Amino acid sequence: MELFDNLGLGFETALSLENLLFCFIGVVLGTAVGVLPGIGPTATIAMLLPITFNFEPVSALIMLAGIYYGAQYGGSTTAILINLPGESSAAVTAIDGHEMARKGRAGVALATAAIGSFFAGTVATVVLVLFAPPLADIALTFGSPELFPLIVLGLIASIALASGSTLKALAMIVLGLLLGTIGQDQYTATPRFVFGVRELFGGINFVSVAVGMFGIAEILRNLEDEKTRKLVTQKIAGLWPTRDDFRRMARPILRGTALGSALGVLPGAGHVLASFGSYSIEKRIARDKSEFGHGAIEAVAGPESANNAAAQTSFIPLLTLGLPASPVMALMFGALLIHGIQPGPRVIETQPALFWGLIVSMWVGNTFLLLLNLPLIGIWVRMLTIPYRMLFPAIIVFASIGTFSLGLNAWDVFAIAFFGILGYVLVKLGCEPAPLLLGFVLGPLLVEHLRRSLVISRGDLSIFVSTGTSTALLLLALAAVVIAALPAIRRRREVVFAEEEDA
Amino acid sequence: MLQAHRALKDILAGGIFIAIGLAFALGSLSYDIGTPLRMGPGYVPLVLGGLLAALGVGVVVKGFIAGEGASLGGFEWRAVILITAALIFFGVTVRGLGAVPALFGTSLLASLARSRTSWREALLISVGLTVLSVVIFIVGLQLRLRLLGPWIPV
Repeated sequence: MELFDNLGLGFETALSLENLLFCFIGVVLGTAVGVLPGIGPTATIAMLLPITFNFEPVSALIMLAGIYYGAQYGGSTTAILINLPGESSAAVTAIDGHEMARKGRAGVALATAAIGSFFAGTVATVVLVLFAPPLADIALTFGSPELFPLIVLGLIASIALASGSTLKALAMIVLGLLLGTIGQDQYTATPRFVFGVRELFGGINFVSVAVGMFGIAEILRNLEDEKTRKLVTQKIAGLWPTRDDFRRMARPILRGTALGSALGVLPGAGHVLASFGSYSIEKRIARDKSEFGHGAIEAVAGPESANNAAAQTSFIPLLTLGLPASPVMALMFGALLIHGIQPGPRVIETQPALFWGLIVSMWVGNTFLLLLNLPLIGIWVRMLTIPYRMLFPAIIVFASIGTFSLGLNAWDVFAIAFFGILGYVLVKLGCEPAPLLLGFVLGPLLVEHLRRSLVISRGDLSIFVSTGTSTALLLLALAAVVIAALPAIRRRREVVFAEEEDA
Repeated sequence: MLQAHRALKDILAGGIFIAIGLAFALGSLSYDIGTPLRMGPGYVPLVLGGLLAALGVGVVVKGFIAGEGASLGGFEWRAVILITAALIFFGVTVRGLGAVPALFGTSLLASLARSRTSWREALLISVGLTVLSVVIFIVGLQLRLRLLGPWIPV
């Protein structure tokens, strides 16, 4: 069986001593980041990208992925213990998880989250194995006239599910695309918008964009009003759930996993939607609804499984279509490019060890998380108490030196400051930074496929409606805009995201 | 304080988009535009700049129809200035002064971005961060940076 050969290759790669180590480092860093206040996985991955450039591509990807799903774990820990979700998808967990903690069941809540996440991670790994290759096969038949509409669809779909104004999100995509044109033109090598600065000829580095928009802008916002964090429990005892707890968490975990695996594939805030979706499903079918909001174990088990499953299946569009669906995936996209690998359907064929190794490493990483986090919970709890006044200068210093090490280019560091201020101002004005990063990363590819298509058609734009596939993709993109702008759906989204902010 | 106009956020956001869009569009006119078949270096920025400006106008118009109206909150001038200064200081001095002074100066400026951090505290944080960064990046990750640069006569 080819599948078993592939999995064999994956295990061989992921279980090599070196990759086990990188996977371990990744999940530990990820958990730390999820736990620490005011720094999310996007900023961390951006800061750590430069140091992974000397690694083997597969080791780099394994570590970066570990940071991502590790952060989901860490985020739920803070949600449960101090009612502050470290990560947006953990916001639902905070509702009942924190209540459990207040009733002295913090240990059980943490264990439930860990068990649910592990199960979901395992299933999502299998989903990746089963669904990624066929999807890649379809994508392989696409040429530039299909790939251009596909990227347009990817960009637009990513905003259809996000919060905030659709018009502003569209503008942020275009702004990202525009900023991507700074530097030498791919075809004529004419330097554009560089004002004679040699260091800008290579264009703006996506690491600077991500660190500025997600790291520095966030610091500026946090400095506006500092939240004090209060721990409910210093000591966490009684980790092991009772037989009754196990019975109650089993079905929510199954449902959450299924929902998360499906929604994770969608661009945009798939994992956030998955955890909210799972919460409302559990609430709807629960016999005793009164317990929800007061420490229902189902409301921890379901959403936690859902968001972890979604975090993993969100790799599917990246690895099969070359479409990053979220800022973190945009960084993975950039990381692959820097290692000379074009993300897309060809990765499975040309880099089988990377593809299968990465997938298997996710399962390995989830095992690490399960084995490590519960016994080490004391360390994570202590980490919660690191004061922000020490943390944010550290982020700024690490961002400077990390980004500088990328190409020993001081302008990469100056760009962080620019994007930090831009991000701070734009977020204040109600514009989300994620679409800008996606536009920035996908811009060059979009332009390339547009050019190629127009060369094929001798300058005739109707090429994009000449085949069924490209027409369908464009219609889907159009539908995504309409859906995002529809009042009924807008209201619903706002409810979801308002809850997220309040939680 | 006066209630902010309900379109204020959208006017400002739209204004930024219009300004940046027009700047790129006008800038692109100095490059060869070309045709759709043979796009010059100015083609894509011209189209995208125009599109961004148009979307900016849309954001402003929509603001007048259905503005969100929430107030902007304060603008953290101190943090913006000091953090920008910290990053620029690093970029300007890391080669000349070397890693240790650059890291120290950056940490100091950054820590002071928080108004409630005292000088004493900031100095302590900066010493700690400088040591930590040197250990992680130069000792651990073997980043090739001089600890002290040529600007410092020894």
